[in-house]
Amino acid sequence: MAIEGADIIKAAAFLGAGLAMGIGAIGPGVGEGMAAAKACEAIGKNPKEAGLLTRTMLVGQAVSESTGIYSLVIALLLLFVV
Amino acid sequence: MSYDVKTWIDVAAFLGAGLSMGLGAIGTAVGIGYTGARATAAMSRNPEMSSEIFKTMLVGQAIAETAAIFALVVAMMLLFIKSPDLSYIRIAVLIGSGLCMGFGAIGSGVGGGFPAGEACTGIARQPANTKRLNTTMLVGSSICQTPAIFALVTALILLFSDFSGHPLSPTWAAVLGAGLACGIAAIGPGFGDGLVAGACCEAVARQPSAATIATTTMLLGMAVTETTAIYGLLISFILMFKTFPTTDALAPAMALLGAGLCMGIGAIGPGIGEGLAAYSAVGQVGKNQDNSAELIRVMLVGQAVSESTGIYSLVIALILIFVV
Repeated sequence: MAIEGADIIKAAAFLGAGLAMGIGAIGPGVGEGMAAAKACEAIGKNPKEAGLLTRTMLVGQAVSESTGIYSLVIALLLLFVV
Repeated sequence: MSYDVKTWIDVAAFLGAGLSMGLGAIGTAVGIGYTGARATAAMSRNPEMSSEIFKTMLVGQAIAETAAIFALVVAMMLLFIKSPDLSYIRIAVLIGSGLCMGFGAIGSGVGGGFPAGEACTGIARQPANTKRLNTTMLVGSSICQTPAIFALVTALILLFSDFSGHPLSPTWAAVLGAGLACGIAAIGPGFGDGLVAGACCEAVARQPSAATIATTTMLLGMAVTETTAIYGLLISFILMFKTFPTTDALAPAMALLGAGLCMGIGAIGPGIGEGLAAYSAVGQVGKNQDNSAELIRVMLVGQAVSESTGIYSLVIALILIFVV
């Protein structure tokens, strides 16, 4: 079976998309979990500030999420644009 | 020099058996070592309880061992079960099955060690609490093993399904992807579950009156932590049971392999992160149970955000399977 250049490029793009999203999901997953863990600890120590702490946690997690979204964008580009 | 299919199938079976047992031994060894270290420290703190601590250590280590025993069973099956199916797909099936169980045992093995270690420490601190601690440890470390059980189920389905009627390409990539998806996806949740169960044992030891609410929080936290392992199982079931049209091109096969890798690796981070969130929540609930409602709420919100990258991985994997 003859494999053409275009086929190899598509194959590499698919594999690359999978790896980009897969490996890109590790960091944000762990990082957002750490933010949530510290927020729980802080609320446990100071329950009165729960609202402020939850807000801060969510903002921190949203920033931490950005690299996950970059991975998603790159994966979608590899799948549909390249 | 050319070899027949039978030789390659034997090669794949031996390779798969080696990968299964080799990778599968990593996690359990670390977990059991952690338990042993904690038990030793606990005995030096409270030598009078050493026989109780020793018993708890052995029970906890036995449960942490299950993941490695699964890997041993799969390795034995790969070595000794000869299938009449002599197609080239069988080569990918055998390697996929070994990889699945090998990777799948890592997380649960490490995770299973945490509750047992904390239970030993707790018995030294609060001898009156021994029974309660043993129960909590048993519940926690058993749930830790579920990701390894998912991997075992996938490995066994791969071994005993008949793929000989399917087209070689892209089925070879689908079965390899199925093994990788479920196996690698089990690492994070297995480890995360262990953290949560360990925190619960610590909380029960510290504050026996909080045992009920701490256990509830633990179960809730573990259930959410487990979700990415379930995504991995879902993707591997789709890859195993969907029939794909024959193709000569490389791209459709790589899309299926990519889907498996994407979901597998993508589940590691959220699994560990959600475990960390639940670990802290359970610890705080143990210290101050009046706050438990607020803490459980924040834990679930935090875990949901942490889950998002796992969901992205699931979406990309589904696109790779069904759209492109």
